[in-house]
Amino acid sequence: MLKIKDLHATINGKEILKGINLEVKPGEIHAIMGPNGSGKSTLSNVLVGHPAYVVTKGSVSFKEKDLFAFSPEDRSKEGIFLSFQYPVEIPGVSMVNFMRSAINEHRKYNGLEPLSASAFLKLMREKRSIVDLDVKLANRSVNEGFSGGEKKRNEIFQMAMLQPTLSILDETDSGLDIDALRVVAEGVNKLKSPTNSTIVITHYQRLLDYIKPDVVHVLYNGRIVKTAGPELALELEERGYDWIKAELGE
Amino acid sequence: MQEEFKGKNQLDVEQLTKEKYKYGFTTDVETDIIEKGLNEDVIRIISAKNEEPDWLLDFRLKAYRHWLTLEVPTWAHLRIPAIDYQGLSYYADPRAKKDGPTSLDEVDPELLKTFNKLGIPLEEQMALSGIAVDAVMDSVSVKTTFKDTLLEKGIIFCSFSDAVKDHPDLVRKYMGSVVGYRDNFYATLNSAVFSDGSFVYIPKGVRCPMELSTYFRINAINTGQFERTLIVAEDDSYVSYLEGCTAPSRDENQLHAAIVEIIVNKNAEVKYSTVQNWYPGDENGKGGVYNFVTKRGLCKGDNSKLSWTQVETGSAITWKYPSCILRGDDSQAEFYSVAVTNNYQQADTGTKMIHLGKNTKSTIISKGISAGRSENSYRGLVKVSANADGARNYSQCDSLLMGDKCGAHTFPYMDIHNDTAVVEHEATTSKISEDQLFYCNQRGISTEEAVGLIVNGYAKEVINKLPMEFAVEAQKLLSISLEGSVG
Repeated sequence: MLKIKDLHATINGKEILKGINLEVKPGEIHAIMGPNGSGKSTLSNVLVGHPAYVVTKGSVSFKEKDLFAFSPEDRSKEGIFLSFQYPVEIPGVSMVNFMRSAINEHRKYNGLEPLSASAFLKLMREKRSIVDLDVKLANRSVNEGFSGGEKKRNEIFQMAMLQPTLSILDETDSGLDIDALRVVAEGVNKLKSPTNSTIVITHYQRLLDYIKPDVVHVLYNGRIVKTAGPELALELEERGYDWIKAELGE
Repeated sequence: MQEEFKGKNQLDVEQLTKEKYKYGFTTDVETDIIEKGLNEDVIRIISAKNEEPDWLLDFRLKAYRHWLTLEVPTWAHLRIPAIDYQGLSYYADPRAKKDGPTSLDEVDPELLKTFNKLGIPLEEQMALSGIAVDAVMDSVSVKTTFKDTLLEKGIIFCSFSDAVKDHPDLVRKYMGSVVGYRDNFYATLNSAVFSDGSFVYIPKGVRCPMELSTYFRINAINTGQFERTLIVAEDDSYVSYLEGCTAPSRDENQLHAAIVEIIVNKNAEVKYSTVQNWYPGDENGKGGVYNFVTKRGLCKGDNSKLSWTQVETGSAITWKYPSCILRGDDSQAEFYSVAVTNNYQQADTGTKMIHLGKNTKSTIISKGISAGRSENSYRGLVKVSANADGARNYSQCDSLLMGDKCGAHTFPYMDIHNDTAVVEHEATTSKISEDQLFYCNQRGISTEEAVGLIVNGYAKEVINKLPMEFAVEAQKLLSISLEGSVG
């Protein structure tokens, strides 16, 4: 449902993505791995339309539509969700108000009536349990005072609430201990379906023990240089990235 | 955003269409305007038109003569173009007949249409919410509702001019007792040429069962609005008073120099809330209302309580310090404020808390929001006199900056003459980051809506103090007033 063709993108005039080609079909989980600076976060930010990044070449189609024709909020409403690597805090804005605005915007986009207050609270209770998110956290301001692990769980909670077609998890495992990692991964797995897809961006094999990918890509220097099955992740874990650089003749 | 309107004044339709200010219209109602200019004759005419007693005319004349000796104050953090006081008209009476209407049926239908456009259909208000409305239309009160219902409890809620006629002793006793005619340049001017306003009297032991409310607007070109409000709460009484204003699009600036005086007696409580939405000028800083107001309360009796809550989003220039004199022992005052400035608006606002009695307490929560190229200043005074044992004050002044071309300033003054006083002051400055906005975008929330969420979250503490009816309007107002400030 996602087709990326020859994507080039820059930030502050510097080219980071140098021709990405990627196709994700419904029901698939793709892992994107690579060393620091390879362009992993750039790719996720470009897909969700962060204004700091400029697309200089190439195309992305999402559900047969030109993704770049949509504003960031419309891309969200079309069904793309990004779990941020560093979720930002928004003091004063309660999770409840925040989520209710988001949900109702999505519903409006799809021609649905906004949720009643009671239906919404019921939905929140239901989805909170998927990532074991404490009710106290749900009543606080967005991410305010949340620990690293709580912030990541909150990302997956929002994902559960918005039910996206394509989820992009940007280094969701960074800063998490084993237990938090397991809870987050379980949450992602519970949300998996034959009609939605996930792109998992990560450094480490660890997360992929829990979220089993169908395809693994290596992103290096702005290009996808290798694509294979899940065993590729294990090989990277064992051998690092040097052998790939060697293969490329560096 | 075009409303249907008729106006004998020249209004630039194109300008109106571009503006988001939805109250941009005038009414084709016969306005009986005195010629421009200010001199003793004009004052005598105003007094005569209101059929005022001699003592009130004397009050006006004393004030006027004092005003002639004064110079315009320039100490505020404001740039105010010179005002031509002789170029203003000081009186406008929209009533076609000499005698005002006594029931809704008798009100000029054009006026009723005006009130409906403002979103305050009087009939609906009367029937449903039980709020008594005292509508001041261009310097003269047109009607007052629920007068009779309140009168059963002995509560007086009427126009100032009616109060002068029906309750002269009360007015004479209290008028000028909190804001004397010599208080400041604009108060002196008001004391000379005040038009009309509200009078509220709550007798001993009475709890006013409904929120009292006033809506008014400035209509005719070059007419200053000089209204006066006087609220007296006798021992053991309670009243909550709402003041909400809107004004139409204007090219010339309109001066609004009002006075509000409040007297709170023993064990009594007065809550005064304002949602101010005067025309702020266009995005180039042209036009807009000048809101130079003197508001002050006297916590006269022991254990008396006064709270000021304001949401100020309009006016080209806002200059006001709703204050409280805590004379009674154990008296308390609160000041909650959200002041928004956008485009080229300016605000220099805050409060003065004067602690005189024993064990007095004051709380100040001020939230400034600056956007565009505006300048937003908080100026506050906490004064504890030598005999004011056990005084307590807590002040919190927060500024939220949106963009890098606006200004936020804080001028806190503490004048403490008693060493048992506990005075706390906290201040924060913050901005809405692009990351926060993008986070909202990625969840499907537009930037405009995100700003609204964040701003309302920031101002929540103050908005929560407003009576419910106002709170909803205030939230919408915050969002509207910041439209276009990010992007």
